[in-house]
Amino acid sequence: MDVRDRGVMITGASRGLGAALAHELARQGARLALVARGEEALGAVAGAIRAAGGEAHPIVADVGRKREVYAIAGAAAALVGDVDLMVHNASALGPEPLALLADTACEDLERVLAVNVVGPFRLTKALAGPMLLRDRGLVVHVSSDAGVAAYPRWGAYGASKAALDHLARTWAAELAGTGVRFFGVDPGEMDTEMHAAAAPEADRSALARPEDVAVRLAAMIGDDTIPNGARLEVGAWEARR
Amino acid sequence: MKPAAWPRADPRTTRLLHLDPRRRRCADRRIGELAAHLRPGDLLVVNDAATLPASLRGVTADGAPVEVRLAGAGGETGERDEIGGSGASGAAGGGLWSAVLFGAGDWRSRTEDRPPPPAVRAGDTLRLGRLQARVAGVDPASPRLVSLRFALGGAALWQALYHAGKPVQYAHTFRPLALWQVQTAYAARPWAAEAPSAGFALTWELLLGLRRRGVAIARVTHAAGLSSTGDARLDARLPLAERYEVSVEAVQAVGLARRRGGRIVAVGTTVARALESAAAAGGGRGRLGAGQGMTELRLGPERRPRVVGGILTGMHEPGTSHYALLESFAPRQLLDRAGSFAARRGYRSHEFGDALLILSETVPRARAAGEGGEVREGRWEPSPRPKRFRMGRGGGRLRMGDGSATGTGSSPGPNGA
Repeated sequence: MDVRDRGVMITGASRGLGAALAHELARQGARLALVARGEEALGAVAGAIRAAGGEAHPIVADVGRKREVYAIAGAAAALVGDVDLMVHNASALGPEPLALLADTACEDLERVLAVNVVGPFRLTKALAGPMLLRDRGLVVHVSSDAGVAAYPRWGAYGASKAALDHLARTWAAELAGTGVRFFGVDPGEMDTEMHAAAAPEADRSALARPEDVAVRLAAMIGDDTIPNGARLEVGAWEARR
Repeated sequence: MKPAAWPRADPRTTRLLHLDPRRRRCADRRIGELAAHLRPGDLLVVNDAATLPASLRGVTADGAPVEVRLAGAGGETGERDEIGGSGASGAAGGGLWSAVLFGAGDWRSRTEDRPPPPAVRAGDTLRLGRLQARVAGVDPASPRLVSLRFALGGAALWQALYHAGKPVQYAHTFRPLALWQVQTAYAARPWAAEAPSAGFALTWELLLGLRRRGVAIARVTHAAGLSSTGDARLDARLPLAERYEVSVEAVQAVGLARRRGGRIVAVGTTVARALESAAAAGGGRGRLGAGQGMTELRLGPERRPRVVGGILTGMHEPGTSHYALLESFAPRQLLDRAGSFAARRGYRSHEFGDALLILSETVPRARAAGEGGEVREGRWEPSPRPKRFRMGRGGGRLRMGDGSATGTGSSPGPNGA
C-alpha cells in the first residue's frame, strides 16, 4: 500500500519500533494517528514529525482497555479520516523481570492478553468494517519469534503473540477477496526499552536498530505482493526479494 | 408497539417486517432473509457515521447544572463558520457545534419531563469535565438550542470529548449505554449525535453475503441528529439541519445500479435524506452529484424520493419525523396497518428494536423508464383502485404473510441462501 495521503494508525508509537515506523511513514506522506499510554513521549514523537513537515496526531490511550477502543477509532477518524493502514505494534511483556509460567500471576497473563490480543482485536473490529465498505485496507500485526518457539520465561508474551498471529491468519481467511489484507511480522531482536526490560544482560551491539527495522517494515507495507495472512520475518522477507 | 429497552446481544435475531407498497402486502421475517428481497444489481446504501459521545454534563458559569447534547458540527444558530480540523477528514475539531441544553436530571427522565436548562447567553462559558465550551449563539425561538465553540481543538479536543462524553440515550433504556453499544458494524467518522440505528441489524456476514450475490453496498455519511429535545416547539422543527457527504464512489454506485435496473435501498432515514439532499443540490431531476453540505430537507407524503427506491429502517412510531419520512415510500394508511400488524406480532420499536423493509418487488415504472436513470418528480401515487383494509381476517387487500416460522437461533443467513 502506498501510504501517501492515507490515514494510518500505529499503536505503541511513543518509542522503539512504533516511533521509528511513525517517522518513516510520515516521511512517505502518511497522515498519522499515533497511540500510546505515555503522553509526554507520544507528544514528543508527534511533535518531531510535525516539525519535520509531517502530519501526526497523538492519541493518549491504553489499547488494553475496552472503553478506550472506540475513543481511539473515533478520534483517529476525526483527525486523519479513513484509516487505511492499522499497525498493531503495542505490546505488554508481562511480569518484569520475566518469570516462569509457574510464577506468573494470572493477572499478569490477563493484562498481556488484553494489550497484545484483545485490544488489537477490538481495534481491528472497529476499523475493518469501514475498510470493508471502502474495499481496501491493511492490518499489520507486529509479532515475535516467541510466538513460535517456546522460550522459558516468555510464556505469557509468547502465548499472546501466537494468538495474535492466528487472529491475523483467520481475519485474512474470512476477508479474502475483499481488498482488506492482513499480515503478521516478526521484527527480530531490536535494541529497544522493551528488549532491555526483558533481557537486561543482552549485548546491545548485537541488536538491530529499530530505525533500520522500521525502514524494512515500511517497505513490506508498500509491497502488495505479500500474501494475505502471511507471517513473515523482516530478515527472511528481505532475502526473498 | 413496545420499545426495545436494550441493544440485542445478537443482531441476527432482529425481526424484519417486509412491506411491499405496490402489492400492499407485508410479511414477518428475520433480518437474515434480507437477501431474499434484494436482487443482483440492487444497491444497499449505508450511513457510515460513527456515534459521538454527544452527552456532556457540566455547569454554567453560575454553577447551575446543565447537560449539553451535541446535535452536530456546524452551527444551527447565530454565527456560522467553516467546520475546522483537517478538511479531507471532515473533522469538526475546534469548529462550531450546535447543541441542545437540558436542565437537572439525566436520561432516566423523559426529556419532556425535565426542567428547562439554565438560561445562557452568547459569550457564556460552560465547563464540561475536561472540556470548556463558549456559547456562540442562542436560537431566538428556543433558548435551549445553542451553538458552541470548544476551547480545545484537534487531538486534544477529541480525546477530551471521548473522555467526558456519553452516548445520548432516552428513558426507555434502563442502564447507561457504552459507546460501543451504539455503533454500527461499519461506523467510521464520528458525526452522529444519535446512532444511525437502522444499521444495527446488519452483520458483516449478511453484508458480505449480499455482495457475493451481486448486491452492491455503498456508503454515505450523514450526521444523524437528536430525536428529542424536551421542547415541543423545537421538536416540531426536527430534524434540524444535518451535515451529509455523498462521495464520488457512492454517486458512481448509484449510477451503475440505475443502469443495471437495480433498486437503490437506503439503510435508515439518514441515508434517504443524504441521497435526496444530494440529488436536490445537483440541480434537480434526480441527477445525483457528489458533495458535502448541510441539509434541512424533509421527505414525506408530499415529497417522493428521486433516488431512493426502498428503505430498510427501524420500527418508528407515528408522529415522529422518521415516520413522516416513511410516507414518501408508502402511504400513511399502509404504514399504520403494517405497524399494528408488527405490534401484534411482538415487534419492538426504537433504536434497538426490529427492522422494517419498505421495498416493492417490482421496479416502479417511472424509474425503469427514466432516461439515464432519472426519475420524474411526483407525489406518491396511490393504487388506482380504492382499497379497503381489513387486517387479520385473511380477506383484506393488505395481505400479511408469515415468514418467521423457521427463524430461531441460527438465522438463515445469506451464505446458505
